Amino acid sequence: MAQILSPLPGTFYRSPSPGQPAYKNDGDSVAVGDVIGLIEVMKSFHEVKSEVAGSNIRFSADNEEPVMAGAPLADLD
Amino acid sequence: MLKKLLVANRGEIAVRVIRAAKDLGIKTVAVHSAADATSLHVLLADEAVNIGPPAAKKSYLNIDAIIEAAKSTGCDSIHPGYGFLAENATFSDAVTAAGLVFVGPSGDAIRLMGDKVSARSAAAAAGVPVVPGSTGRVEGIEAARHILIDTGFPVMIKAAAGGGGRGIRIANNLAEFEQAFPQAEAEALAAFGDGGLYMEKVIGKARHIEVQVLADGKHAIHCYERECSLQRRRQKVWEEAPSRALSEELREELCGSAVALAKAVGYSGAGTVEYLYDDEANRFYFIEMNTRIQVEHPVTEAITGIDLVAEMLRIAGGEPLRIKQKDVSMRGHAIEVRINAEDPSKDFAPFPGTVGDLRLPGGPGVRFDSMLYPGYQVPPFYDSLLAKLIVHGETREAAITRLVRALGELKIDGMKTTKPLFLALAADPSVQAGDVHTRWLEGWLNENAAQLAD
Repeated sequence: MAQILSPLPGTFYRSPSPGQPAYKNDGDSVAVGDVIGLIEVMKSFHEVKSEVAGSNIRFSADNEEPVMAGAPLADLD
Repeated sequence: MLKKLLVANRGEIAVRVIRAAKDLGIKTVAVHSAADATSLHVLLADEAVNIGPPAAKKSYLNIDAIIEAAKSTGCDSIHPGYGFLAENATFSDAVTAAGLVFVGPSGDAIRLMGDKVSARSAAAAAGVPVVPGSTGRVEGIEAARHILIDTGFPVMIKAAAGGGGRGIRIANNLAEFEQAFPQAEAEALAAFGDGGLYMEKVIGKARHIEVQVLADGKHAIHCYERECSLQRRRQKVWEEAPSRALSEELREELCGSAVALAKAVGYSGAGTVEYLYDDEANRFYFIEMNTRIQVEHPVTEAITGIDLVAEMLRIAGGEPLRIKQKDVSMRGHAIEVRINAEDPSKDFAPFPGTVGDLRLPGGPGVRFDSMLYPGYQVPPFYDSLLAKLIVHGETREAAITRLVRALGELKIDGMKTTKPLFLALAADPSVQAGDVHTRWLEGWLNENAAQLAD
Protein backbone atom coordinates (compact mmCIF):
# COMPACT_ATOMS: atom_id res chain seq x y z
CA MET A 1 0.00 0.00 0.00
CA ALA A 2 1.56 3.28 -1.15
CA GLN A 3 0.34 6.75 -1.86
CA ILE A 4 1.24 9.24 -4.59
CA LEU A 5 1.25 12.79 -3.23
CA SER A 6 1.06 16.03 -5.16
CA PRO A 7 4.54 17.62 -5.32
CA LEU A 8 3.07 21.08 -5.90
CA PRO A 9 -0.05 23.09 -5.15
CA GLY A 10 -2.27 23.72 -8.15
CA THR A 11 -4.86 22.09 -10.39
CA PHE A 12 -4.61 18.33 -11.03
CA TYR A 13 -5.26 16.93 -14.50
CA ARG A 14 -5.60 13.22 -15.32
CA SER A 15 -4.77 13.55 -19.06
CA PRO A 16 -2.18 15.46 -21.16
CA SER A 17 -4.87 17.68 -22.71
CA PRO A 18 -8.65 17.85 -22.80
CA GLY A 19 -10.18 15.07 -24.90
CA GLN A 20 -7.12 12.84 -24.64
CA PRO A 21 -7.13 9.54 -22.69
CA ALA A 22 -6.02 9.61 -19.05
CA TYR A 23 -2.36 8.83 -18.28
CA LYS A 24 -3.57 6.02 -15.97
CA ASN A 25 -6.95 4.49 -15.28
CA ASP A 26 -8.11 3.00 -11.98
CA GLY A 27 -6.70 -0.55 -11.74
CA ASP A 28 -3.56 0.11 -13.86
CA SER A 29 -0.08 -0.79 -12.66
CA VAL A 30 2.48 1.95 -12.10
CA ALA A 31 6.29 1.82 -12.43
CA VAL A 32 8.71 4.29 -10.86
CA GLY A 33 8.89 7.35 -13.16
CA ASP A 34 5.50 6.78 -14.80
CA VAL A 35 3.56 9.98 -15.39
CA ILE A 36 0.21 9.76 -13.62
CA GLY A 37 -1.05 13.32 -14.21
CA LEU A 38 -0.26 17.02 -14.54
CA ILE A 39 -0.28 19.83 -12.02
CA GLU A 40 -0.95 23.31 -13.33
CA VAL A 41 0.74 25.95 -11.19
CA MET A 42 0.33 29.60 -12.16
CA LYS A 43 -0.36 28.70 -15.79
CA SER A 44 2.64 26.36 -16.13
CA PHE A 45 2.25 22.58 -16.35
CA HIS A 46 4.32 20.02 -14.47
CA GLU A 47 4.22 16.23 -14.90
CA VAL A 48 3.59 14.18 -11.77
CA LYS A 49 5.90 11.17 -11.89
CA SER A 50 5.38 8.30 -9.48
CA GLU A 51 8.27 7.76 -7.08
CA VAL A 52 6.91 4.32 -6.14
CA ALA A 53 5.88 1.18 -8.05
CA GLY A 54 2.65 -0.68 -7.44
CA SER A 55 -0.48 -2.17 -8.91
CA ASN A 56 -4.18 -1.36 -8.93
CA ILE A 57 -3.91 2.44 -8.87
CA ARG A 58 -6.96 4.18 -7.40
CA PHE A 59 -7.24 7.95 -7.88
CA SER A 60 -8.45 9.97 -4.92
CA ALA A 61 -8.12 13.34 -6.71
CA ASP A 62 -10.49 14.12 -9.57
CA ASN A 63 -9.58 15.64 -12.91
CA GLU A 64 -9.37 19.47 -12.61
CA GLU A 65 -9.41 19.25 -8.82
CA PRO A 66 -7.55 21.98 -6.91
CA VAL A 67 -4.90 20.34 -4.69
CA MET A 68 -2.40 21.54 -2.10
CA ALA A 69 1.25 20.38 -2.04
CA GLY A 70 1.39 17.01 -0.26
CA ALA A 71 -2.26 16.19 -0.96
CA PRO A 72 -2.89 12.52 -1.84
CA LEU A 73 -3.57 12.01 -5.57
CA ALA A 74 -3.80 8.19 -5.73
CA ASP A 75 -3.33 4.93 -3.78
CA LEU A 76 -1.40 1.88 -4.97
CA ASP A 77 -1.30 -1.75 -3.77
CA MET B 1 -21.36 59.09 -14.06
CA LEU B 2 -21.45 55.44 -13.10
CA LYS B 3 -22.87 54.72 -9.63
CA LYS B 4 -21.89 51.15 -8.84
CA LEU B 5 -19.21 49.13 -10.58
CA LEU B 6 -18.53 45.39 -10.59
CA VAL B 7 -14.86 44.54 -11.13
CA ALA B 8 -14.64 41.28 -13.08
CA ASN B 9 -11.05 40.47 -12.22
CA ARG B 10 -8.65 39.68 -9.38
CA GLY B 11 -5.13 40.54 -8.22
CA GLU B 12 -3.41 43.88 -8.59
CA ILE B 13 -5.60 45.09 -11.48
CA ALA B 14 -8.81 44.53 -9.50
CA VAL B 15 -7.26 46.59 -6.69
CA ARG B 16 -6.24 49.27 -9.21
CA VAL B 17 -9.76 49.54 -10.68
CA ILE B 18 -11.42 49.61 -7.23
CA ARG B 19 -9.12 52.46 -6.20
CA ALA B 20 -9.96 54.48 -9.34
CA ALA B 21 -13.71 53.91 -8.81
CA LYS B 22 -13.54 54.96 -5.16
CA ASP B 23 -11.60 58.09 -6.12
CA LEU B 24 -14.57 59.01 -8.34
CA GLY B 25 -17.16 58.21 -5.66
CA ILE B 26 -18.37 55.06 -7.44
CA LYS B 27 -19.44 52.11 -5.25
CA THR B 28 -17.56 48.88 -5.92
CA VAL B 29 -18.39 45.17 -6.00
CA ALA B 30 -15.61 42.57 -6.14
CA VAL B 31 -16.14 39.07 -7.49
CA HIS B 32 -13.94 36.23 -6.38
CA SER B 33 -13.38 32.49 -6.66
CA ALA B 34 -13.44 30.24 -3.61
CA ALA B 35 -9.61 30.46 -3.59
CA ASP B 36 -9.62 34.28 -3.38
CA ALA B 37 -11.99 34.93 -0.46
CA THR B 38 -9.22 36.71 1.48
CA SER B 39 -7.68 38.54 -1.49
CA LEU B 40 -7.01 42.24 -1.18
CA HIS B 41 -9.53 43.24 -3.88
CA VAL B 42 -12.25 41.48 -1.85
CA LEU B 43 -11.18 43.28 1.32
CA LEU B 44 -11.10 46.70 -0.38
CA ALA B 45 -14.38 46.59 -2.32
CA ASP B 46 -17.64 47.76 -0.73
CA GLU B 47 -19.20 44.35 -1.40
CA ALA B 48 -17.98 40.98 -2.66
CA VAL B 49 -19.65 38.03 -4.38
CA ASN B 50 -18.29 34.47 -4.56
CA ILE B 51 -18.78 33.42 -8.19
CA GLY B 52 -17.44 29.87 -8.14
CA PRO B 53 -14.67 27.32 -7.59
CA PRO B 54 -10.93 28.13 -7.99
CA ALA B 55 -10.62 27.13 -11.67
CA ALA B 56 -10.82 30.37 -13.71
CA LYS B 57 -13.23 28.90 -16.25
CA LYS B 58 -15.70 28.21 -13.44
CA SER B 59 -15.31 31.65 -11.84
CA TYR B 60 -13.48 34.58 -13.49
CA LEU B 61 -14.43 33.32 -16.97
CA ASN B 62 -18.04 32.48 -16.05
CA ILE B 63 -20.00 35.16 -17.92
CA ASP B 64 -23.41 34.18 -16.51
CA ALA B 65 -22.20 34.16 -12.90
CA ILE B 66 -20.54 37.57 -13.29
CA ILE B 67 -23.57 39.24 -14.87
CA GLU B 68 -25.83 37.66 -12.25
CA ALA B 69 -23.55 39.04 -9.49
CA ALA B 70 -23.76 42.52 -11.05
CA LYS B 71 -27.54 42.41 -11.20
CA SER B 72 -28.05 40.99 -7.71
CA THR B 73 -25.88 43.73 -6.19
CA GLY B 74 -27.50 46.55 -8.16
CA CYS B 75 -24.46 47.46 -10.28
CA ASP B 76 -24.84 49.62 -13.39
CA SER B 77 -21.47 48.71 -14.94
CA ILE B 78 -18.67 46.12 -15.23
CA HIS B 79 -14.92 46.73 -15.65
CA PRO B 80 -13.12 43.67 -17.03
CA GLY B 81 -9.51 44.62 -16.09
CA TYR B 82 -6.98 42.78 -18.32
CA GLY B 83 -6.80 39.09 -19.15
CA PHE B 84 -9.79 36.83 -18.35
CA LEU B 85 -12.80 38.34 -20.21
CA ALA B 86 -11.26 41.74 -21.05
CA GLU B 87 -11.05 41.10 -24.80
CA ASN B 88 -13.98 38.73 -25.11
CA ALA B 89 -16.48 40.25 -27.56
CA THR B 90 -19.24 37.90 -26.36
CA PHE B 91 -18.79 39.20 -22.82
CA SER B 92 -18.95 42.84 -23.91
CA ASP B 93 -22.14 42.07 -25.87
CA ALA B 94 -23.65 40.09 -22.94
CA VAL B 95 -22.99 42.91 -20.47
CA THR B 96 -24.65 45.42 -22.80
CA ALA B 97 -27.57 43.06 -23.48
CA ALA B 98 -28.11 42.77 -19.72
CA GLY B 99 -28.65 46.55 -19.59
CA LEU B 100 -25.27 47.24 -17.99
CA VAL B 101 -22.38 49.41 -19.13
CA PHE B 102 -19.24 47.58 -20.27
CA VAL B 103 -16.18 49.68 -19.36
CA GLY B 104 -14.39 49.18 -22.67
CA PRO B 105 -15.14 49.06 -26.36
CA SER B 106 -18.14 47.43 -28.06
CA GLY B 107 -18.16 43.75 -28.95
CA ASP B 108 -17.82 44.75 -32.62
CA ALA B 109 -14.68 46.81 -31.96
CA ILE B 110 -13.17 43.91 -29.99
CA ARG B 111 -13.99 41.51 -32.83
CA LEU B 112 -12.54 43.82 -35.51
CA MET B 113 -9.24 44.23 -33.67
CA GLY B 114 -9.10 40.66 -32.37
CA ASP B 115 -8.90 39.17 -35.86
CA LYS B 116 -5.38 39.51 -37.32
CA VAL B 117 -6.52 39.92 -40.93
CA SER B 118 -9.31 42.43 -40.26
CA ALA B 119 -7.09 44.39 -37.84
CA ARG B 120 -4.32 44.58 -40.46
CA SER B 121 -6.81 45.76 -43.08
CA ALA B 122 -8.28 48.37 -40.73
CA ALA B 123 -4.80 49.65 -39.92
CA ALA B 124 -3.77 49.82 -43.58
CA ALA B 125 -7.03 51.62 -44.43
CA ALA B 126 -6.31 54.19 -41.70
CA GLY B 127 -2.87 54.81 -43.21
CA VAL B 128 -0.99 52.96 -40.46
CA PRO B 129 2.09 51.16 -41.78
CA VAL B 130 1.82 47.37 -41.54
CA VAL B 131 4.70 44.89 -41.81
CA PRO B 132 5.47 44.84 -45.56
CA GLY B 133 4.32 41.65 -47.22
CA SER B 134 1.51 40.04 -49.14
CA THR B 135 -1.99 41.23 -48.24
CA GLY B 136 -3.21 37.65 -48.57
CA ARG B 137 -2.11 34.55 -50.40
CA VAL B 138 0.61 34.87 -53.01
CA GLU B 139 -0.41 33.34 -56.31
CA GLY B 140 2.69 31.99 -58.03
CA ILE B 141 6.34 33.03 -58.15
CA GLU B 142 5.71 35.87 -60.62
CA ALA B 143 3.42 37.66 -58.14
CA ALA B 144 5.84 36.81 -55.34
CA ARG B 145 8.71 38.61 -57.11
CA HIS B 146 6.59 41.80 -57.14
CA ILE B 147 6.07 41.61 -53.38
CA LEU B 148 9.85 41.50 -52.90
CA ILE B 149 9.94 45.17 -53.97
CA ASP B 150 8.10 46.00 -50.71
CA THR B 151 9.69 43.49 -48.38
CA GLY B 152 13.33 43.45 -49.44
CA PHE B 153 15.56 40.81 -47.79
CA PRO B 154 15.49 38.83 -45.62
CA VAL B 155 11.96 37.77 -46.41
CA MET B 156 9.84 35.13 -44.69
CA ILE B 157 7.80 32.67 -46.73
CA LYS B 158 5.00 31.17 -44.64
CA ALA B 159 2.57 28.38 -45.40
CA ALA B 160 -0.95 29.81 -45.19
CA ALA B 161 -2.13 26.60 -43.55
CA GLY B 162 0.91 26.39 -41.22
CA GLY B 163 1.15 27.58 -37.66
CA GLY B 164 3.25 27.46 -34.53
CA GLY B 165 6.43 28.11 -36.49
CA ARG B 166 5.89 25.24 -38.96
CA GLY B 167 6.15 25.81 -42.70
CA ILE B 168 8.36 28.91 -42.48
CA ARG B 169 11.38 29.60 -44.70
CA ILE B 170 13.63 32.63 -44.73
CA ALA B 171 15.40 33.81 -47.89
CA ASN B 172 18.32 36.23 -47.55
CA ASN B 173 18.75 37.09 -51.24
CA LEU B 174 17.13 36.60 -54.63
CA ALA B 175 18.99 33.35 -55.38
CA GLU B 176 17.80 31.81 -52.12
CA PHE B 177 14.31 33.10 -52.80
CA GLU B 178 14.12 31.58 -56.29
CA GLN B 179 15.05 28.23 -54.77
CA ALA B 180 12.99 28.48 -51.58
CA PHE B 181 9.67 29.62 -53.02
CA PRO B 182 8.87 26.53 -55.15
CA GLN B 183 10.19 24.29 -52.36
CA ALA B 184 7.95 26.00 -49.82
CA GLU B 185 4.99 25.61 -52.17
CA ALA B 186 5.59 21.88 -52.63
CA GLU B 187 6.28 21.39 -48.94
CA ALA B 188 3.12 23.23 -47.87
CA LEU B 189 1.06 21.14 -50.27
CA ALA B 190 2.58 17.92 -48.96
CA ALA B 191 2.41 18.87 -45.27
CA PHE B 192 -0.91 20.70 -45.12
CA GLY B 193 -2.67 19.70 -48.36
CA ASP B 194 -2.65 23.41 -49.26
CA GLY B 195 0.16 25.07 -51.21
CA GLY B 196 -0.94 28.61 -50.31
CA LEU B 197 1.87 30.92 -49.16
CA TYR B 198 2.21 34.32 -47.48
CA MET B 199 5.24 36.58 -47.52
CA GLU B 200 6.43 39.01 -44.87
CA LYS B 201 9.48 41.19 -44.32
CA VAL B 202 11.81 39.87 -41.61
CA ILE B 203 12.71 42.54 -39.07
CA GLY B 204 15.93 41.42 -37.48
CA LYS B 205 16.35 43.79 -34.58
CA ALA B 206 12.92 45.00 -33.54
CA ARG B 207 11.83 47.02 -30.56
CA HIS B 208 8.33 46.67 -29.17
CA ILE B 209 6.81 50.14 -29.02
CA GLU B 210 3.14 50.75 -28.26
CA VAL B 211 0.95 53.84 -28.11
CA GLN B 212 -1.67 54.48 -25.43
CA VAL B 213 -4.91 55.94 -26.77
CA LEU B 214 -8.05 57.27 -25.10
CA ALA B 215 -11.24 57.70 -27.11
CA ASP B 216 -14.95 58.32 -26.58
CA GLY B 217 -16.30 57.02 -29.89
CA LYS B 218 -15.98 60.43 -31.57
CA HIS B 219 -12.71 61.91 -30.40
CA ALA B 220 -9.39 60.20 -29.79
CA ILE B 221 -6.08 61.27 -28.27
CA HIS B 222 -2.78 59.56 -27.57
CA CYS B 223 -0.85 59.62 -24.31
CA TYR B 224 2.53 58.95 -25.95
CA GLU B 225 4.32 55.66 -26.26
CA ARG B 226 5.77 52.89 -24.10
CA GLU B 227 8.71 50.67 -24.99
CA CYS B 228 8.49 47.03 -23.87
CA SER B 229 11.39 45.38 -25.66
CA LEU B 230 12.58 43.37 -22.67
CA GLN B 231 10.50 40.21 -23.02
CA ARG B 232 10.80 36.58 -22.05
CA ARG B 233 8.69 34.10 -24.02
CA ARG B 234 6.74 37.04 -25.48
CA GLN B 235 5.88 38.22 -21.97
CA LYS B 236 6.94 41.75 -21.12
CA VAL B 237 9.01 42.00 -17.95
CA TRP B 238 10.24 45.63 -18.00
CA GLU B 239 8.37 48.52 -19.60
CA GLU B 240 9.24 52.18 -19.90
CA ALA B 241 8.09 55.50 -21.27
CA PRO B 242 9.10 57.28 -23.37
CA SER B 243 11.13 55.15 -25.80
CA ARG B 244 14.68 56.40 -26.22
CA ALA B 245 14.71 55.06 -29.80
CA LEU B 246 12.32 57.64 -31.26
CA SER B 247 13.14 61.08 -32.61
CA GLU B 248 10.56 63.83 -31.92
CA GLU B 249 9.44 63.65 -35.52
CA LEU B 250 8.99 59.87 -35.51
CA ARG B 251 7.19 60.04 -32.16
CA GLU B 252 4.62 62.46 -33.60
CA GLU B 253 4.18 60.25 -36.64
CA LEU B 254 3.84 57.04 -34.61
CA CYS B 255 1.42 58.47 -32.04
CA GLY B 256 -0.56 60.20 -34.77
CA SER B 257 -1.04 56.91 -36.59
CA ALA B 258 -2.47 55.30 -33.45
CA VAL B 259 -4.98 58.15 -33.09
CA ALA B 260 -5.92 57.79 -36.78
CA LEU B 261 -6.65 54.09 -36.27
CA ALA B 262 -8.69 54.69 -33.08
CA LYS B 263 -10.75 57.34 -34.90
CA ALA B 264 -11.18 55.19 -38.01
CA VAL B 265 -12.76 52.36 -36.02
CA GLY B 266 -14.84 54.63 -33.74
CA TYR B 267 -12.97 53.35 -30.72
CA SER B 268 -14.18 54.02 -27.18
CA GLY B 269 -12.24 53.68 -23.92
CA ALA B 270 -8.55 53.02 -23.33
CA GLY B 271 -6.65 51.05 -25.94
CA THR B 272 -3.12 50.30 -27.02
CA VAL B 273 -1.81 50.16 -30.56
CA GLU B 274 1.26 47.92 -30.71
CA TYR B 275 4.09 48.30 -33.20
CA LEU B 276 7.35 46.68 -34.17
CA TYR B 277 10.05 49.29 -34.55
CA ASP B 278 12.88 48.48 -36.94
CA ASP B 279 15.93 49.98 -35.29
CA GLU B 280 18.08 49.82 -38.41
CA ALA B 281 15.60 51.35 -40.85
CA ASN B 282 13.98 53.66 -38.24
CA ARG B 283 10.52 52.52 -39.33
CA PHE B 284 7.52 51.29 -37.43
CA TYR B 285 4.89 48.72 -38.33
CA PHE B 286 1.48 47.95 -36.82
CA ILE B 287 1.21 44.56 -35.06
CA GLU B 288 -2.14 44.67 -33.25
CA MET B 289 -4.44 46.75 -31.11
CA ASN B 290 -5.24 45.69 -27.56
CA THR B 291 -8.75 46.74 -26.61
CA ARG B 292 -8.19 46.88 -22.84
CA ILE B 293 -6.24 48.61 -20.11
CA GLN B 294 -2.77 47.07 -20.08
CA VAL B 295 -0.55 45.82 -17.27
CA GLU B 296 2.04 48.51 -18.03
CA HIS B 297 -0.37 51.48 -18.09
CA PRO B 298 1.20 53.10 -14.96
CA VAL B 299 4.35 54.20 -16.83
CA THR B 300 2.13 56.33 -19.04
CA GLU B 301 0.33 57.68 -15.98
CA ALA B 302 3.70 58.56 -14.45
CA ILE B 303 4.94 60.66 -17.38
CA THR B 304 1.59 62.29 -18.31
CA GLY B 305 -0.13 62.62 -14.92
CA ILE B 306 -3.33 61.15 -16.42
CA ASP B 307 -5.29 58.52 -14.43
CA LEU B 308 -6.11 56.21 -17.34
CA VAL B 309 -8.47 53.94 -15.38
CA ALA B 310 -10.43 56.92 -14.06
CA GLU B 311 -10.73 58.27 -17.63
CA MET B 312 -12.06 54.86 -18.75
CA LEU B 313 -14.73 55.06 -16.05
CA ARG B 314 -15.67 58.64 -17.01
CA ILE B 315 -15.99 57.74 -20.69
CA ALA B 316 -18.06 54.64 -19.87
CA GLY B 317 -20.28 56.84 -17.72
CA GLY B 318 -21.14 58.91 -20.78
CA GLU B 319 -18.80 61.89 -20.36
CA PRO B 320 -17.14 63.10 -23.53
CA LEU B 321 -13.35 62.80 -23.58
CA ARG B 322 -12.34 65.74 -21.40
CA ILE B 323 -8.62 65.82 -22.23
CA LYS B 324 -7.51 67.61 -25.39
CA GLN B 325 -4.43 66.44 -27.26
CA LYS B 326 -2.72 69.78 -26.68
CA ASP B 327 -3.12 69.26 -22.91
CA VAL B 328 -1.21 65.96 -22.94
CA SER B 329 2.45 66.49 -22.22
CA MET B 330 5.12 64.19 -20.89
CA ARG B 331 7.64 64.80 -18.21
CA GLY B 332 10.68 62.73 -17.24
CA HIS B 333 11.05 58.98 -17.65
CA ALA B 334 9.21 56.06 -16.02
CA ILE B 335 10.05 52.35 -15.71
CA GLU B 336 7.82 49.50 -14.55
CA VAL B 337 9.10 46.05 -13.58
CA ARG B 338 6.88 43.04 -12.98
CA ILE B 339 7.49 41.34 -9.64
CA ASN B 340 6.37 37.77 -10.34
CA ALA B 341 6.20 34.77 -7.99
CA GLU B 342 8.86 32.97 -10.01
CA ASP B 343 12.40 31.81 -9.32
CA PRO B 344 14.55 33.37 -12.06
CA SER B 345 17.51 31.12 -11.15
CA LYS B 346 15.41 27.99 -11.82
CA ASP B 347 14.02 28.76 -15.27
CA PHE B 348 11.34 30.99 -13.71
CA ALA B 349 9.64 28.11 -11.89
CA PRO B 350 6.39 29.35 -10.34
CA PHE B 351 6.51 29.87 -6.60
CA PRO B 352 3.12 30.08 -4.91
CA GLY B 353 3.53 30.56 -1.18
CA THR B 354 2.65 32.61 1.85
CA VAL B 355 3.90 36.17 2.27
CA GLY B 356 5.86 36.62 5.48
CA ASP B 357 7.41 39.93 6.47
CA LEU B 358 6.66 42.54 3.83
CA ARG B 359 8.59 45.81 3.33
CA LEU B 360 7.40 48.05 0.52
CA PRO B 361 9.42 50.70 -1.29
CA GLY B 362 8.27 54.32 -1.10
CA GLY B 363 9.43 57.91 -1.26
CA PRO B 364 9.54 60.30 -4.22
CA GLY B 365 8.89 58.88 -7.68
CA VAL B 366 7.96 55.38 -6.48
CA ARG B 367 4.63 53.60 -6.98
CA PHE B 368 3.89 50.02 -5.96
CA ASP B 369 0.71 48.41 -7.39
CA SER B 370 0.09 45.08 -5.71
CA MET B 371 -2.36 42.80 -3.94
CA LEU B 372 0.15 41.68 -1.31
CA TYR B 373 -0.21 41.93 2.47
CA PRO B 374 1.64 40.08 5.25
CA GLY B 375 0.18 36.59 5.69
CA TYR B 376 -1.43 36.58 2.22
CA GLN B 377 -1.41 33.12 0.69
CA VAL B 378 -0.68 33.38 -3.03
CA PRO B 379 -2.96 30.85 -4.73
CA PRO B 380 -1.46 28.57 -7.40
CA PHE B 381 -4.44 28.83 -9.76
CA TYR B 382 -3.78 32.15 -11.52
CA ASP B 383 -0.90 34.03 -13.09
CA SER B 384 2.25 34.80 -11.16
CA LEU B 385 2.13 38.62 -11.12
CA LEU B 386 2.42 39.81 -7.52
CA ALA B 387 3.23 43.46 -7.93
CA LYS B 388 4.36 46.17 -10.29
CA LEU B 389 7.08 48.56 -9.19
CA ILE B 390 6.92 51.85 -11.08
CA VAL B 391 9.61 54.49 -10.74
CA HIS B 392 9.68 57.98 -12.24
CA GLY B 393 12.70 60.27 -12.60
CA GLU B 394 13.75 63.39 -14.48
CA THR B 395 15.84 61.28 -16.87
CA ARG B 396 16.11 57.60 -17.81
CA GLU B 397 19.39 57.37 -15.86
CA ALA B 398 17.71 58.84 -12.77
CA ALA B 399 14.82 56.39 -13.16
CA ILE B 400 17.21 53.41 -13.28
CA THR B 401 19.06 54.68 -10.19
CA ARG B 402 15.71 55.09 -8.42
CA LEU B 403 14.65 51.59 -9.52
CA VAL B 404 17.72 50.09 -7.84
CA ARG B 405 17.03 52.13 -4.70
CA ALA B 406 13.37 50.99 -4.59
CA LEU B 407 14.21 47.33 -5.26
CA GLY B 408 16.65 47.56 -2.35
CA GLU B 409 13.81 48.62 -0.07
CA LEU B 410 11.50 45.82 -1.26
CA LYS B 411 11.43 42.68 0.85
CA ILE B 412 8.87 39.89 0.36
CA ASP B 413 9.72 37.12 2.83
CA GLY B 414 8.50 33.61 2.09
CA MET B 415 8.47 34.02 -1.67
CA LYS B 416 10.90 33.65 -4.56
CA THR B 417 10.41 36.57 -6.92
CA THR B 418 11.84 38.15 -10.04
CA LYS B 419 13.43 40.97 -8.01
CA PRO B 420 17.01 39.63 -8.58
CA LEU B 421 16.42 39.74 -12.34
CA PHE B 422 15.68 43.47 -12.24
CA LEU B 423 18.68 44.30 -10.04
CA ALA B 424 20.89 42.48 -12.54
CA LEU B 425 19.24 44.12 -15.57
CA ALA B 426 19.54 47.58 -14.02
CA ALA B 427 23.30 46.98 -13.71
CA ASP B 428 23.71 45.73 -17.29
CA PRO B 429 25.47 48.13 -19.71
CA SER B 430 23.12 47.28 -22.63
CA VAL B 431 20.03 47.97 -20.52
CA GLN B 432 21.59 51.17 -19.19
CA ALA B 433 22.28 52.27 -22.77
CA GLY B 434 18.79 51.20 -23.86
CA ASP B 435 20.49 49.09 -26.51
CA VAL B 436 18.04 46.16 -26.55
CA HIS B 437 15.55 44.45 -28.85
CA THR B 438 12.72 41.96 -28.37
CA ARG B 439 15.01 38.91 -28.44
CA TRP B 440 17.78 40.41 -26.36
CA LEU B 441 16.59 39.24 -22.92
CA GLU B 442 16.38 35.55 -23.81
CA GLY B 443 20.00 35.57 -24.99
CA TRP B 444 21.06 37.44 -21.87
CA LEU B 445 19.24 34.92 -19.66
CA ASN B 446 21.10 32.02 -21.30
CA GLU B 447 24.32 33.61 -20.02
CA ASN B 448 23.17 35.06 -16.71
CA ALA B 449 20.11 33.23 -15.35
CA ALA B 450 22.12 30.97 -13.02
CA GLN B 451 23.34 34.03 -11.05
CA LEU B 452 19.84 35.29 -10.30
CA ALA B 453 19.31 33.50 -6.98
CA ASP B 454 17.80 35.69 -4.26
